[in-house]
Amino acid sequence: MTTTTTPPRDSAAAPSPSRSARELLLESARANMRQYGMLVALAFIVVLFQIWTDGTLLLPNNVSNLIQQNGYILILAIGMMIVIIAGHIDLSVGSLVAFVGAMAAVMMVKHDMPWVLALVLCLLIGAVAGAWQGFFIAYLGIPSFIVTLAGMLAFRGLTQIVLEGQSLAPFPDGFQNLAKGFIPEMGPYTQYHNPTLVLGLAAVVLLLLREWRGRKRQSAYDLDPLPTGLWVAKCVALTAAVTAFTLTLASFHGVPVVMLVMCGLLILLGYVMRNAVVGRHVYALGGNKAAAKLSGVKDQRVTFLVFVNMGVLAALAGCVYAARLNAGTPQAGLNFELEAIAAAFIGGASMSGGVGTVMGAVIGGLVLGVLNNGMSLVGIGTDYQQVIKGLVLLAAVGFDVWNKRKIGR
Amino acid sequence: MSGTADGRGSAGAGGPVLEMRAITKTFPGVTALSDVNLTVRPGEIHAICGENGAGKSTLMKVLSGVHPHGSYDGEVRFEGEPVALKDIRAAERRGIVIIHQELALVPYLSIAENLFLGNERTTARGLIDWDATLREAARLLRRVGLRDRPRTPVADLGVGKQQLVEIAKALAKEVRLLILDEPTAALNDEDSAQLLDLILELRGQGIACIVISHKLGEIRRIADVVTVLRDGRTIETLTVRDSPAAEPRLSEDRIIRGMVGRDLDHRFPDRTPFEGHRDIALEVRGWTVRHPVDHQRKVVDDVSLTVRHGEIVGIAGLMGAGRTELAMSVFGRSYGIYVSGSVAVDGREAVTRTVPRAVAAGIAYVTEDRKHYGLNLIDSINRNVSLASLPGMRPPGPGGRGFVDEHHERAVAERYRATMNIKAPTVLEQVGRLSGGNQQKVVLSKWIHADPKVLILDEPTRGIDVGAKYEIYTVVDQLAARGKAVLLISSELPELLGMCDRIYTMAEGRLTGEVPRGEATQEVLMRHMTKDRG
Repeated sequence: MTTTTTPPRDSAAAPSPSRSARELLLESARANMRQYGMLVALAFIVVLFQIWTDGTLLLPNNVSNLIQQNGYILILAIGMMIVIIAGHIDLSVGSLVAFVGAMAAVMMVKHDMPWVLALVLCLLIGAVAGAWQGFFIAYLGIPSFIVTLAGMLAFRGLTQIVLEGQSLAPFPDGFQNLAKGFIPEMGPYTQYHNPTLVLGLAAVVLLLLREWRGRKRQSAYDLDPLPTGLWVAKCVALTAAVTAFTLTLASFHGVPVVMLVMCGLLILLGYVMRNAVVGRHVYALGGNKAAAKLSGVKDQRVTFLVFVNMGVLAALAGCVYAARLNAGTPQAGLNFELEAIAAAFIGGASMSGGVGTVMGAVIGGLVLGVLNNGMSLVGIGTDYQQVIKGLVLLAAVGFDVWNKRKIGR
Repeated sequence: MSGTADGRGSAGAGGPVLEMRAITKTFPGVTALSDVNLTVRPGEIHAICGENGAGKSTLMKVLSGVHPHGSYDGEVRFEGEPVALKDIRAAERRGIVIIHQELALVPYLSIAENLFLGNERTTARGLIDWDATLREAARLLRRVGLRDRPRTPVADLGVGKQQLVEIAKALAKEVRLLILDEPTAALNDEDSAQLLDLILELRGQGIACIVISHKLGEIRRIADVVTVLRDGRTIETLTVRDSPAAEPRLSEDRIIRGMVGRDLDHRFPDRTPFEGHRDIALEVRGWTVRHPVDHQRKVVDDVSLTVRHGEIVGIAGLMGAGRTELAMSVFGRSYGIYVSGSVAVDGREAVTRTVPRAVAAGIAYVTEDRKHYGLNLIDSINRNVSLASLPGMRPPGPGGRGFVDEHHERAVAERYRATMNIKAPTVLEQVGRLSGGNQQKVVLSKWIHADPKVLILDEPTRGIDVGAKYEIYTVVDQLAARGKAVLLISSELPELLGMCDRIYTMAEGRLTGEVPRGEATQEVLMRHMTKDRG
């Protein structure tokens, strides 16, 4: 607990308006070390398997496939990330995925319910399940590990009760589209999928608009924005990345429905965690519960909401997974909670809470997804795949611990 | 100087049990002990007195092996020979046992198991010898006057009995020198009396004892000799009584003079007067709070006080006097069990049942423990500064409710970085990487930006260097000049004397005095702060 401030820091503090671009970059890189690290790791893995599979990995049909294969894990990972940021854990999501899938099957297969209504009811079931667990965790103070372990057993059991031990199939086409569908083609024949091109263009425009507005606000508040050259470079890079991705998808069947859902969640929850008061309160609670409470954070309500959110997302993932299997089965979602937890930690969560981003969860999930997909393509057996994924998780968290120790205190 | 006894010169026939010579202990940037001497003779009860931070605990940590040999300068001689203790166990093997203020018993193990924890009675084959354990436990319990069965779980005992178990545990280690750190701080009067009697009894059995205590009445009752520490130095060693049976001939005032007798060596800014109406901003009436675990104990007992706009009011008190407990319980009942009392802000009854309500009522509390209760160390400066006032940072326009404008947030934090002189390259810096003084400025910024009417500052300059202290005093002065009511809790009397318009004193949960600036001296305050109950 030294109380001396290092002199270099002081001198860096003085001429704040005119710091060099390099300093700014280094600073922002250090602040987001873990996330940039994982982005670089993701890029590295992609390049590695792209070469190893002779270009199969990034073929349009495989990219579509990758997204559809991992959609439900990414949805779970987003929710899990928020739970972990709040300083908790949720072991029940795999069983909840199975239970919601089973309920969906009962509603649609047995009772011929319209799929939209069934989907809404499924999300409600998820919310109630989340509220049930959140109540014990937030208001009665029972550790989340215990409550959700109980949930893991209970929801699995309920799944078997509801399904009477059997699989129920098939689902209506509309419901199946949730996992397998693409947005429909429209307009004249081009080489590309037209609505996807329009969506891609819209994404580029919105991103650039956001960048531009952010920059304007920064100047208005007298904060030092990125130097113009760097900012333009950043915008060009963003545009190029989105364009390349759009063209890849557009040369196959277009944007998968599940990706639309994913992106919606990413934007919505990313914004909530970053810019909503409740999101900030989640970070504050996970970072230091006592200090957050003494700053006026309503800890019980925030914790409760975090678990309700997780329940809804688990239900959504349950529907997507059931639609992908085209059946409600008792064994659905086995070990999904572990995949989601692994994705969150690879994507920058910290065991002690308070750290992580929604984007990080998606990156972590993609690292696992690309590893799965790439290793399968080059013919590595599932036995070795498990070992390698385990080592990647260990390495990612090990890096985090090492990095923290270097920071000290 | 009458009453001064030079331990080394007048060592008895057997020679001293303990001699600590020229002990100097430094931490990075701080000298905690400087050339300290302490001599304890056989069968002596030796009290150590000093303000918070005078170095008492550090000295005891050197003696008990917490700070191992080699991490300090100077010589420790025990029973005539030099000792080099490398850890607590080594000290205990020599018969030097320390009993800390926070008890170190395992609540779910039985008394007997606790007594021999780490010192187990075993059979030849290395298993626990339960017969010997229970037999010896019963014997030890009789020695300390406890009638509970050895198999009773420690959790079932009150704090007073637990303290006796601690002493029995020390006896199990064949203690030669027993060190007690604030042994009665957590005890009620009856338990305290029993404990003090036991200490006197142990003296009769030839066990020397070092007692750290703030309660001068107790010291006069049991001690033979008292050593006064101040600012990490031995100030003097005074004889309390000439023989164990004799009445004490040393007055409490004499001890107080030794504890506080320094010049004001800190500098304080001149107070800027507040030009507005000095109406009462905060009024607390009949505030009473019980201990969260020990429900019998009133930690805050019928406290009533007022603070006016533009006024800085101090609360002085020794460790355990209930100052922090008072502040935290007023601030959203964040401590203990509320019994009775009311709070009014600007003459209107204020509901402060939860922290958000206390904040809404216009009260802010800046904690004494910024690392545990004040800051999210793993987050950035801007997010720490904004935490208590996020709803006020909403983006413009409809639909902004419940959201935070990050750019506004950063601009606010940058403003505080500049005005409070927080030394960091940008406000995106992690708070955990800042120095203590800069962390304190971040906590202050957070609460200043929440724009309260009343600011309760709990030890705002603890653990920070002199330069940063001055900056914080300046900030506090400016707050008062702008009409804020400031309640300043501090263990440093010069700080209170230098900053406050009025000073309340607390002891054992109650207000024991209210001293205006003109009449306040360290001696007057210390006298009020060391008043025993009753």
